[in-house]
Amino acid sequence: MTDLTSLTIAAARDALRKGDVTSAELTEACLTAIDGADALNAFVHKTPEIARQQAAAADARRGADAPDLNGIPLGIKDLFCTKGVPSQAASRILDGFRPEYESTVTRQLFEAGAVMLGKLNMDEFAMGSSNETSVYGNAVNPWRREGDDTALTPGGSSGGSAAAVAAGLCLGATGTDTGGSIRQPAAFTGITGIKPTYGRVSRWGIIAFASSLDQAGPMARDVRDAAILLRAMAGHDPLDSTSADLPVPDFEAMLTGDIRGKTIGIPREYRMDGMPDEIESLWAEGRRMMEDAGARIVDISLPHTKYALPAYYVVAPAEASSNLARYDGVRYGRRAKLAQGDGIAEMYEKTRAEGFGDEVQRRVMIGTYVLSAGFYDAYYNRARKVRALIKRDFEEAFANGVDAILTPATPSAAFGLGEMADADPVQMYLNDVFTVTVNLAGLPGISVPAGLDRQGLPLGLQLIGRPWEEGDLLNTAYALERAANFVAKPGKWW
Amino acid sequence: MPAVLDLTFDAPKPKVISGATGDWELVIGLEVHAQVASRAKLFSGASTQFGAEPNSNVAFVDAGMPGMLPVINEGCVALAVKTGLGLKAQINLWSAFDRKNYFYPDLPQGYQISQLYHPIVGEGEVIVEMGAGIARRVRIERIHLEQDAGKSIHDMDPAMSFVDLNRTGVALMEIVSRPDIRGPEEAAAYVGKLRQIMRYLGTCDGNMQNGNLRADVNVSVCRPGDYEKYQETQDFSHLGTRCEIKNMNSMRFIQQAIEYEARRQIALIEDGKSVVQETRLFDPDRGETRSMRSKEEAHDYRYFPDPDLLPLEIEQAWVDDIASALPELPDEKKARFMADFGLTDYDASVLTAELEAARYFEEVAAGRDGKQAANWVLNELFGRLNKDGHPITDSPIGAAQLGQILDLMAADTINGKIAKEVFETAYTTGREPKEIVETEGLTQVTDTGAIEAAVDQVIAENPAQVEKAKANPKLAGWFVGQVMKATGGKANPKAVNELVAAKLGL
Repeated sequence: MTDLTSLTIAAARDALRKGDVTSAELTEACLTAIDGADALNAFVHKTPEIARQQAAAADARRGADAPDLNGIPLGIKDLFCTKGVPSQAASRILDGFRPEYESTVTRQLFEAGAVMLGKLNMDEFAMGSSNETSVYGNAVNPWRREGDDTALTPGGSSGGSAAAVAAGLCLGATGTDTGGSIRQPAAFTGITGIKPTYGRVSRWGIIAFASSLDQAGPMARDVRDAAILLRAMAGHDPLDSTSADLPVPDFEAMLTGDIRGKTIGIPREYRMDGMPDEIESLWAEGRRMMEDAGARIVDISLPHTKYALPAYYVVAPAEASSNLARYDGVRYGRRAKLAQGDGIAEMYEKTRAEGFGDEVQRRVMIGTYVLSAGFYDAYYNRARKVRALIKRDFEEAFANGVDAILTPATPSAAFGLGEMADADPVQMYLNDVFTVTVNLAGLPGISVPAGLDRQGLPLGLQLIGRPWEEGDLLNTAYALERAANFVAKPGKWW
Repeated sequence: MPAVLDLTFDAPKPKVISGATGDWELVIGLEVHAQVASRAKLFSGASTQFGAEPNSNVAFVDAGMPGMLPVINEGCVALAVKTGLGLKAQINLWSAFDRKNYFYPDLPQGYQISQLYHPIVGEGEVIVEMGAGIARRVRIERIHLEQDAGKSIHDMDPAMSFVDLNRTGVALMEIVSRPDIRGPEEAAAYVGKLRQIMRYLGTCDGNMQNGNLRADVNVSVCRPGDYEKYQETQDFSHLGTRCEIKNMNSMRFIQQAIEYEARRQIALIEDGKSVVQETRLFDPDRGETRSMRSKEEAHDYRYFPDPDLLPLEIEQAWVDDIASALPELPDEKKARFMADFGLTDYDASVLTAELEAARYFEEVAAGRDGKQAANWVLNELFGRLNKDGHPITDSPIGAAQLGQILDLMAADTINGKIAKEVFETAYTTGREPKEIVETEGLTQVTDTGAIEAAVDQVIAENPAQVEKAKANPKLAGWFVGQVMKATGGKANPKAVNELVAAKLGL
């Protein structure tokens, strides 16, 4: 056991069961790695005491029949409410907020024996694609271009989660995905991330961004680890009315790598103008790998794809504008200092002006606008109709026998931090172009690292599956993973 | 056999106000907010108990804590369905919740969860009686479920406001009427009828003082004839511009506010000005309405479907189960009381006003003379209870005891006068009427010999009166009174009357 922190969850689980290693040792190794990685700014709140306690408890009950995650050290995205531990959604407005409750996902993970190392950086309220909207400052991608020490984004919004997993600070992490916030950072950092079917994982206790799109999922070193984590995170929760009352299969047991006879669709609308050659060729390579693995490849059409991004940037801000209304300075978090004579309106305005960052304010304003009397039908209602059409595109593809859809995960490799600072915000939104359709349709989607670009940066491919068939999707991803054989790691510079 | 409802009635005359330029009529529609009589809130398990310590009945979701989600309380849905059935309304098997967005400290989520686009209950109707054979049929447009807000308290500290979230998230039914109400008294009667029906159903306790029943009133004025044009066409342009008077929790205030508001609007129009559609508040101290917010601050609630909640889908079979367990409603009960017990319209109305009174009456009337039972309940019992300020539920004398008194009278054991004494004793002491009659020796004297002796004695002692009575037979009553006095009130009055008449040769 030379480098405990680079173990996969599956390998660590087996080593823990055999007694080759203790959770305490694993946990200490991670805590040491975290302390040495402040330059990555991945962890925004470290919880070593909790981690050591949980590790000791895990070691006390370890054995052959301990749950898969018993003693496995994880990082938790700051969007999850963790009892007694700061949970701020990387926002100033939640300064000092420590929930008195535990989100369903983290409760399930801890009940399964997982160890929490701390809270992970993210874009404020999960709004962003580069982790640059965080009140804590951005996390940094452990990957660098060859011969170039420009700091790169780990992607967003789950940028801290992606950086931490890629840099070996934790064995896995929780993420959330509203428009691509798991899959894009996974692709930027050479790891695997799955957004499950909407309703598969409880949203209770996860700070809401856009309720009809938000879904939590795992970020991990490989497909098997994602399968193990997802099984522990998923399940029906009576506290979340949108959570599905369906059994959770043993996803790991479904990983055979056999996809012979499966039909993989290649949607022509995902071939965008100005798409870099490297993305194009990676996608072609993925198609070949699937074919070699025995799948049947078909070209398909998802005709409403081009309307997805605009529809998403109506629906998501609309819901966000309402979800974020509760941050008013009245009950918790930050309240602005008021001047003599200030009333309730001034308290709201000052608190929200200083508590929310620019991107959050932009989206709250867009959302408020599109829901306003006189604009509702033109924007929100139309976006809802577009959403229904996008969903129908997928349903038709699946009805025609397609088992999974292969697309690029992102339109580029990780870009430099600050590079988009002066760009039109829409340029940043374009990062989500391949991923938002999946959220709008409520489908499961997974990003798998599939190659490096010319500058040595990881690139990911996305597979989109049928609703509730994450097991089948993970197995297809597993076949892709085996074919791609992506083993590169970022060189340690931090 | 169920009583057949007599639904033939005449519509009451609309209220007419004479202005400087002629007559005006009123057009009124109400939005009644009725607190659902559930133990837990609409979307959380927190208690709805009134009068608890501030902020003690608050779940995390009620306080708008980050990441908290609403979960529908099925009991509240059942009570809303029951209310809809009681108002003979369409029950929508598919309904959905929307968010109404606005900022206020007693609204922790920053939005109220309501049902704008797809309410759970659709069109129904209420018959509002305004006298015997006179009633207004008021159409119900919809009933939707929504959350109540909390309470802001501004008068505890000169510099600070306080918020109590106990009421936040309590389930309300908003019952929206069509503009079918034509006067202040009708409006109050309509609210009273809704209250009565919901209390029968057990879906709202109707306690207006505690704010469990509140009304927003829409008032406009029009010229005679305009309303009929509206009715024919359902075209609102025939009606005047309306103002909404918010949040009234007293029948008296509702009437005063409507009266004031109508006169204010008439004065404006007759002055050549126009009524501005707006929300107004009634100030009971000054007896006037005043504008609540200016147009510039008009709220845009940005309603949209609540993404945290799935559409509310219910089964017809479940609705049928609720329907089959529906209690007898006030209109039917009243009709039955009139048919089965021969009560007058008025007496039946009074006896069915409160379910507890109706139950009491029915127990007294069972197997007895219904009219007599009604008289005793209405006159003796209600009179006595009113004097003490007791509700019927706290009556010191039970229906079985009152029944005993009626039985004692029917058996000629006591007469009506003694019965009243027995009633008073039973009321104040809680003793059984039979026991009172026996112990106090109040049994009526029916022995004609004894009565005859008493009559003879009175006649013998009052020769002058005898002469007068022979000239004027009406004075026979004096002798009856004297005989009753002499027998301690226990003589059978009928026997005394007969004997006095016979002895005086009348």
